[in-house]
Amino acid sequence: MSEHQQAAVLRPETLVDEFKKNGVTHVLTIPDSETNYLYELLKRQDWLDIVPTAREGETFGIALGLFIAGKLPVVLIQNTGMLESGDALRGMALDSGFPLVFVVGYRGWTRHGVTPDSVARYTEPFLNAFRINYYLVEQNSDGPRISAAFEEARATKRPVCVLIGDEYHGFNR
Amino acid sequence: MINAADVFKVFAPHRGNAIVTRAGTAGRHWPDFSTNDRRDLTLGGALGHTVSAAFGVALGLPQERVVLFDSEGALLMNLGILATIADKCPRNFYHILLDNRCYATTGGQPVPNAKNIDFAGLAKAAGYPATYSFDDLAPLASQMGTILAQPGPVFVAIRVVPEVENAPIGQRQRRPVRSRAESIRILQQELGITAN
Repeated sequence: MSEHQQAAVLRPETLVDEFKKNGVTHVLTIPDSETNYLYELLKRQDWLDIVPTAREGETFGIALGLFIAGKLPVVLIQNTGMLESGDALRGMALDSGFPLVFVVGYRGWTRHGVTPDSVARYTEPFLNAFRINYYLVEQNSDGPRISAAFEEARATKRPVCVLIGDEYHGFNR
Repeated sequence: MINAADVFKVFAPHRGNAIVTRAGTAGRHWPDFSTNDRRDLTLGGALGHTVSAAFGVALGLPQERVVLFDSEGALLMNLGILATIADKCPRNFYHILLDNRCYATTGGQPVPNAKNIDFAGLAKAAGYPATYSFDDLAPLASQMGTILAQPGPVFVAIRVVPEVENAPIGQRQRRPVRSRAESIRILQQELGITAN
């Protein structure tokens, strides 16, 4: 694969490298079908604690507790779970005023036209309703946007979202 | 049944240095008994997620004991957290449920299947290694020290007398409590944690 082709896919190592660079200590997650390889890779990092959860809303409360304890958690969920988490995102993250990066698998995302997947249609309007800024990451060369999200979260003491819009090159390869 | 205030009275001598946080109306009695409010943490709520945040504190501070006074209405909104907690098995986490079988803040409507739920059984089945149930004060008082001396996660379900609020919200008496931000700041200062 050429350098150009490498840059045009999103490899899970890109996320792990960004997490490490930004001092992440915990990943709070419900794995979905597109993130299994990422999950396996995360589990192999001895500097990272993975916290599997039963429902996405939990992740925002656990993140608040870890922040209080001086840790740097990241939430890793899918957009379906983000919609479920609305009040937890409000009550635990936004109202607590702490820097949180949450990474959301953008199921149904396409830049080729209308998506048949309703969750994709509601994803960005949901974030806009909460006035949460977001960065779209689709390929390796977008990696620095993840660091930008961390910087913005720290500067604003607010949650910032990273949308993973990797359409064809999921983490299962 | 036990008065919620008596639960706190029985707990207070065994608190030691534990970080204490609470959810639900029954928890309002704790400030009457706390002797170290710098370690009393206000977490706020979000449809049952106080427990999630308390668990996060325990996970991040394994050297500190964390005690949560939860409510059954809150826990029912977020039952999956029992499995999440049991999976990580934090040895410093003590989950005490004050079960008044109703939504006391909204007028006392019963929680679903209020009279038949075995909360300690749910916690046990989810994987908590130690669970207890109490309906009477005397056995709770005699066992509290032992319960808090063992490694967590421990789950304690306590049947308490409902203290139903029916007055319009604007007319209810509220004692002043620290804001969440202030409470977090003071606890972090107490523990020497620099905000990240």
